[in-house]
Amino acid sequence: MSWFKRPSANLAAVPTDNGDFDPDQDFAAESTFAPVSDDGEPSRVRTEGLWIKCPGCRTILFKAELEAKQMVCPKCNHHFKIGANKRIELLLDPGYEIVDGNLRSNDPLNFQDVKSYKSRLMKAQAETGLNDALVTALGNIGPHEVVLSAMEFTFIGGSMGAVVGELIARAIDRSLSTRRPLIIVTTSGGARMMEGVVSLMQLAKIATGLAELDEARIPYICILTDPTMGGITASFAMLGDLNIAEPGAHIGFAGPRVIEQTIRQKLPEGFQRSEFLLEHGFLDAVVNRQELKAYLIRALDFLKTPA
Amino acid sequence: MSETTHSSSPQGQPGTPAWTKVERARHPKRPYPMDFIERLFTDFSEIHGDRAFADDEAVACGMARFHGHEVLVIGNRKGGTTKERVRRNFGMPNPEGYRKALRAMKIAEKFNRPIITFIDLPGAFPGLGAEERGQAEAIARNLIEMAKLHVPTIAIISGEGGSGGALALALADRVLILENALYFVITPEACAAIMWRDAAHKERAAEAMRITAQEVKELGCVDDIVPEPSVGAHEDRDAAFESLDSCLLYHVEQLLAMPEQERLVQRRNKFRNIAQFYTEV
Repeated sequence: MSWFKRPSANLAAVPTDNGDFDPDQDFAAESTFAPVSDDGEPSRVRTEGLWIKCPGCRTILFKAELEAKQMVCPKCNHHFKIGANKRIELLLDPGYEIVDGNLRSNDPLNFQDVKSYKSRLMKAQAETGLNDALVTALGNIGPHEVVLSAMEFTFIGGSMGAVVGELIARAIDRSLSTRRPLIIVTTSGGARMMEGVVSLMQLAKIATGLAELDEARIPYICILTDPTMGGITASFAMLGDLNIAEPGAHIGFAGPRVIEQTIRQKLPEGFQRSEFLLEHGFLDAVVNRQELKAYLIRALDFLKTPA
Repeated sequence: MSETTHSSSPQGQPGTPAWTKVERARHPKRPYPMDFIERLFTDFSEIHGDRAFADDEAVACGMARFHGHEVLVIGNRKGGTTKERVRRNFGMPNPEGYRKALRAMKIAEKFNRPIITFIDLPGAFPGLGAEERGQAEAIARNLIEMAKLHVPTIAIISGEGGSGGALALALADRVLILENALYFVITPEACAAIMWRDAAHKERAAEAMRITAQEVKELGCVDDIVPEPSVGAHEDRDAAFESLDSCLLYHVEQLLAMPEQERLVQRRNKFRNIAQFYTEV
């Protein structure tokens, strides 16, 4: 899978809602060269951080130039993964405030597979500098005051456990009390298996909050980025007033390997990509990263909450 | 904000290892949702089709009577014979199954009838067509719409409560689980294949994930456990039917006696505060 990266040989397994996980499968060219560094950018092999090879077109890109283009390949429009903090910086005007960063999982199942969940958490916390896989910020997008939550894929595959569930529930509470629109940027392998049924309940928790938001006629926009899978897609990622995605993002319910095993045939080219979902009627738009902010401003003008 | 901690170990209780429960929950002689529906309800009259694509034969919806109450009952169908199992897709719904269920629930809401769902499935169907037709969207839609329903809702997990595919019928005022049933985010086999890289570790995965009725009740993820006869529902079906009948009647009447607004607030608060396991640092 393109979204699965291996920072080290003894990497923590990335859970998905449907058991799709195969560290050895090369899904895209991306996986042929790149471990992911802490900020979600593919690391460079013996280039001292100056050059990055684009997994889309294999062009060697100058890193500073790529960053100036918001981590989008100028040759082939491949959208590199970016971290939660970077995402917030790109979407919000300067002067935003990060909130609710103080929650940590208390490992409800005391879960242990080949490694303990506690050690996986500690490693992820040390590597990302975050307490869990989501960051919420309050700020402005042009003329609109919003609540923005962005997921962090490098934190245990962006998976959702009780902390991510609570953080989103709190973001919804903030929207409800201030009537600010809610925007969530997704990137996640699905529910966090190490929290078992507790992680499943977060889908119900968030859906209940979104029902309230909907009834209060407060706008909610979901931005789906690569990848958005399993229980994330099957809950808040598909429940926006508008669901929009970056180009080429892998979006689906079951993982490709599970589906291939079920139907015993190869999946078609472009299956479960943004453009596939758009074609099948499950997205409102596919929007380039550089145009996202302008799109949101325009959309929020339309979705303006009735006073 | 509440901070929840709990101290019990990940291991199943002594003498009742998790895998025994898995085997009981999947026992071929265990009553399926339609068996419960046939025994507990009268005048079942099926409602077919999602009005958009197809009639999913893995899900049955129907008008029924329960101790004098008009109710909507929904259950997934597994089928007994191999031929029928194939026809019912082994109990795994496609998007149109969830959409049919939602359509029926909206009818029940319009005419103020309580909704009772029976769940025994390993998960929503992971097929190519299911993805094309928006399995994720169908599940997500059911979650948000079930959260909004104005009528009383009761979900009964009678065998396997498999992940989002089960939850899409289980966002309810009362979630009941049979004593030997399971509720999980991923099957033990798939969990073992991912975390241990070997499906043979399924027993260990079953223990680690805490999927038995007793454990998920402890975690606050279900509301009530429905007792089964000590030999299990598969050995004494009549006793299992009787036990669920009285338990279900209790909850139906309790919910019907409650003012609507109070019931809706209670549902919302339950799910807002469900499964809160974190510490503030």
